[in-house]
Amino acid sequence: MQKKELQVSAIKNGTVIDHIAQNHVERVLYTLNLSKYKDQIYFGANLDSKKYGKKGIIKVSNKFFAPEEISKIALVSPTATLIEIRDYEVASKKQVEISDEIKGLVKCVNPNCITNHENVLTHFEVVNKDEIVLKCRYCEKNTTKTNIEFV
Amino acid sequence: MKEKSLISINDYSKSEILEILDIAEGFEKNPRQPILSDKVVSTLFFEPSTRTRLSFESAANQLGARVIGFSDAGTTSAKKGESLKDTVLTVACYSDVIVMRHPLAGSARWASEVSPVPIINAGDGANQHPTQCLLDMYSIRKTQGKLDKLNIAFVGDLKYGRTVHSLVIAMCDFDTTFHLISPEALKLPSYVKQHIKDKNLEYHQYLSIEEAIDKVDILYMTRVQRERFADPIEYENVKNSYILTKDQLKNCKDNLKILHPLPRVNEISEEVDDTPQAYYFQQAQNGVYVRQALLSAILGAV
Repeated sequence: MQKKELQVSAIKNGTVIDHIAQNHVERVLYTLNLSKYKDQIYFGANLDSKKYGKKGIIKVSNKFFAPEEISKIALVSPTATLIEIRDYEVASKKQVEISDEIKGLVKCVNPNCITNHENVLTHFEVVNKDEIVLKCRYCEKNTTKTNIEFV
Repeated sequence: MKEKSLISINDYSKSEILEILDIAEGFEKNPRQPILSDKVVSTLFFEPSTRTRLSFESAANQLGARVIGFSDAGTTSAKKGESLKDTVLTVACYSDVIVMRHPLAGSARWASEVSPVPIINAGDGANQHPTQCLLDMYSIRKTQGKLDKLNIAFVGDLKYGRTVHSLVIAMCDFDTTFHLISPEALKLPSYVKQHIKDKNLEYHQYLSIEEAIDKVDILYMTRVQRERFADPIEYENVKNSYILTKDQLKNCKDNLKILHPLPRVNEISEEVDDTPQAYYFQQAQNGVYVRQALLSAILGAV
């Protein structure tokens, strides 16, 4: 039997971020500040996906993400799957998850919101997890997927 | 409601709102009672407001409370760069409740999180102005004898008017039929309309007051401002349609009352002031009773 060829090379240890929404690879790299990362990173975009048609993938050697970083991935690409690799084997695999509340990570889109003027930790209620709509606890305005900026 | 801040009208349940209106009715009958004579109310107005501040101060004074505060942030240490948190923490040492207006949205919620004493939001930027909403509801109930199943028209700038948004959302709990009269460019935002749809209530949209005047119990007027229009020609075309004249009232229902959050500029002709439908100055008077009710409920005096 012919061995299935990997579209992006395997890593020995680290994390694979799979099923990234099409055209979102760059955004995920940027969000996780991976441009400054020193170890190997492989990534692919517009790859065929049975589930989504097209997808992106990022493989980061020797990196295991903290919960806060995983929340950021979820906000940028809620369909992403996180696979931890140890010695070429899948150690764990999970769908990224958005919590019901987001504290601190994201800036409020409203320039007249108190959080953009005083030293106030931002705090959002996630009102729509699929479309990513975050309602500010303070000014009550919605920040959406297209205008999310991280703190 | 004792010790509970009021930041957004959504903070109060329907029954809490009705309770405040009932208490306010008592103050209308007997507005001067020294029940807050051992209390200090502070009014922090980081941006100017005539009506709201004087109404709160009158309410507090009539109940015997002492009032401290400022009406111009220029005279305070905010000007020196003090944070809102520090100002609120300091003023909380001097008073039992803080009434606050601030130009930034969300400032009142933030203040309520840091303050050891309750905060009453008297307007936080473009966000909320819950006491206006309560006094509007009080005025509706008083003039119509009920809040349920009324036909309410909102006229003018329905897109940016925060008082309109809060009142529409609050009235969704009372089986209201909404008549939304505005220029195309200033229609009610879809997130507010969603509240009406969620409750399966009826709403109609019109471009002129005449189309709806014979159907409604309340006509809630707001100002159409020139600066809201990208195209000045569009403003010139529509501006006169949203100025209420005596003539437009000829087909109105007998029980119709006209409300306006004030200040009025020219959207209601002065000739309307003498009609039996004009209610906007009594509405401002009702603001005092509603604020008396809030202050005394929050300070545990009723």
